[in-house]
Amino acid sequence: MMQELSLNVLDVAQNSIKAGAKLTEIGVTVSTTDDTLAIVIKDDGCGMDGETLDRVTDPFYTTRTTRKVGLGVGFFKFAAELTGGSFNITSAQGSGTEVTAVFGLSSIDRMPLGDMNGTIETLAMFNQQTDFLYTYEVDGEGFSLDTREFKAELDGVPLDSPDAAAFFREFLEENTAEVNKGRAF
Amino acid sequence: MKSLAELKAIKEKMQGQVGLREGSEDGTRVVVGMATCGIAAGARPVLKVLADFVQEKGLANITVTQTGCIGLCQYEPIVEVYEPGKEKVTYIKVDADKAKTIAEQHLARGQAVQEYTVSNSELAK
Repeated sequence: MMQELSLNVLDVAQNSIKAGAKLTEIGVTVSTTDDTLAIVIKDDGCGMDGETLDRVTDPFYTTRTTRKVGLGVGFFKFAAELTGGSFNITSAQGSGTEVTAVFGLSSIDRMPLGDMNGTIETLAMFNQQTDFLYTYEVDGEGFSLDTREFKAELDGVPLDSPDAAAFFREFLEENTAEVNKGRAF
Repeated sequence: MKSLAELKAIKEKMQGQVGLREGSEDGTRVVVGMATCGIAAGARPVLKVLADFVQEKGLANITVTQTGCIGLCQYEPIVEVYEPGKEKVTYIKVDADKAKTIAEQHLARGQAVQEYTVSNSELAK
């Protein structure tokens, strides 16, 4: 099992990258009134056929050849269902995949969200061929980070050059702090 | 809310500098396993420590990248260092502290940290 939900996101989003996604959208939405924490990972990659989709949460199914088990998506599903939440995955060949996991916010079995900003930073810096749209929202108030906007402003200067990377981190941290208002999820 | 306006100044500053870092073909490659097994074992901070070190020290001939599962899940987090003309060095069970030592000794000074490698039988138990 992962120790934080953000690590599940990092893991599951690798599938979007492997699927050749141009844009991967990652959304975290917290609602204290509904007592939910919802995570959506949506990509425009190659998608899956129905047979693969049926088996994707099966731990003994993987497309990899270096090992015989594939736990990533299964871990995510299990983590959500453990909290009385739900898990859904839809996919169509050629148009992409969408994974939605809803967690019971106050469930004692819910892992903390953890270092979500670290996950977004890792994804964006090490997969610069892919774009990411990250949205973070708590009770209707939130912010988004779009790497397409960053890259357009930087105009050829790499996203991982020291000043740009530092700004990227500050952007995430300051905006997250403003939304969280001292709370942690 | 922090705005993107600051990026314009960063771009102008960076474009003025010579030799923007580009991954060179004949440089050293540092690869961190970032599949489910690696991430669950703690690869995210390891990758960050190594990448930050290379950026901070301006080690232009070193690129830090991620890879999937190489089939040694029980030894994750795994870091592989490929130097031209040398045998690959595989570090196992790396954490943020070990990554810092590897960066300082191996990446900056070229001395592999033998006690953290897969050939160290104590660690591989």
